[in-house]
Amino acid sequence: MEKAEVAQKIYELVEKSTGKKKLKSSDIQKTISADLNITRDDVKAALKDLVDEGKLIYTYFGGSFVEIPPK
Amino acid sequence: MPKKYETPLLDELEKGPFPSFVTEIKKAAARSDMAADELGQLEKSYRDKRGYWKHGGIVGVRGYGSGVIGRYSSLADQFPDVANFHTVRINCTSGFFYTSKFLKEMCDIWDKYGSGLTNLHGSTGDLVLLGTNTENLEPIFAEFSSRGWDLGGSGSALRTPSCCVGPARCEWSNIDTLGITYSVTQEFQDEMHRPAFPYKFKIKTAGCAVDCIASIARADLSIIGTWKGKIAVDQGEVANYAKKGMKIQEEIVNKCPSKCMSYDGKELKIDDDNCVRCMHCIAKMTKALKPTGEKGATILMGSKAPFVIGATLSWVIVPFMKLEEPYDELKDLIRKMWEFWDEHGKNRERIGELVIRKGMREFLEFIGIDPVPQQVKEPRRDPFFFWTEADLQK
Repeated sequence: MEKAEVAQKIYELVEKSTGKKKLKSSDIQKTISADLNITRDDVKAALKDLVDEGKLIYTYFGGSFVEIPPK
Repeated sequence: MPKKYETPLLDELEKGPFPSFVTEIKKAAARSDMAADELGQLEKSYRDKRGYWKHGGIVGVRGYGSGVIGRYSSLADQFPDVANFHTVRINCTSGFFYTSKFLKEMCDIWDKYGSGLTNLHGSTGDLVLLGTNTENLEPIFAEFSSRGWDLGGSGSALRTPSCCVGPARCEWSNIDTLGITYSVTQEFQDEMHRPAFPYKFKIKTAGCAVDCIASIARADLSIIGTWKGKIAVDQGEVANYAKKGMKIQEEIVNKCPSKCMSYDGKELKIDDDNCVRCMHCIAKMTKALKPTGEKGATILMGSKAPFVIGATLSWVIVPFMKLEEPYDELKDLIRKMWEFWDEHGKNRERIGELVIRKGMREFLEFIGIDPVPQQVKEPRRDPFFFWTEADLQK
């Protein structure tokens, strides 16, 4: 699977969880790797791209989470 | 003209023989409104007996999830220059060696973009830069990264590994603490800058059991140098210590934790098979005693002060590991530990707490290490040596 597709799935997962549950990086890795049957390293690499591009950010609220940046 | 606040309560902290952080903040406040407001808010905190900082949030540097700790004043109207007062952590060097040129550059950058207040070093080990606002974070990062420096760890991530001065300045170091720390830091950049753990994870490396970096009390993974051979005894030097007034029986022999030493007034004898390598005698009689034989490290895990059960020291998991570049055995062990934590850890649960909750037996099985007597932390209270059905068949 292309990295961009994995990134899209990650973004959709984070978007869907917004306002309901804050996701940790490990939550995303577990969910996406199981859903797409790929390795967690593949998910990590796609997540890194999303954060580098500024589409997702890390936040800290009593733990580190991955979220969509505020507009 | 910088702001000025009356600080009668903080002034009390300048009295006495010790250096005072209040004095240092006042110096910075003479040329920085941010430091002045910090002083004003601190005085109010002392007066009201409560803190006015909020921390966390969404601040950071593009691509990083660590290294910046968002800090905000809940009294922004009264102290507007500390409305944002973020902390920046810069990855320390192994053993904390710097050139004066770098330290001057660092201070210049921080005077330009921040409050001018620093903390060398924070308890994490990082170079801690205290107090800047959100828009200055990217320029600060650019200034440091262009000089070859990087951010340290924060949040639910690997924290910046740190170590004692090791072989750089100490002849008793059994391992290359600096090399190990550098290698582990380089290997686990992703784990440090992109938080993915249930909670923080600290690695501290000490060259010997004197443990100048206190790794046994404040690291999730404590690496402590040790040796396998005998302690070489120079009886001539032992006699010199006695001649100079050392009470060898009281100060050395009686304080040996495993009672493996004896002294008849002439000769110091050591039963090396029962020595626990605590370093007490060697540290006291540096000219007379010396470790010999194979060098390596004991690997321990799980110390932390405010556990629910109380302060906890690290727990031996590998009594002896030969540590040589590229330290693959150590790195593989760390990865296995993280895998176990990732699988079973709850949010904000340190790995030591997890092992206490799940049991050492399950942890050891998962990471593939056989139980050995050295792992018993409290005799008769660690029932993690079980037999499986298959064992009973044998």
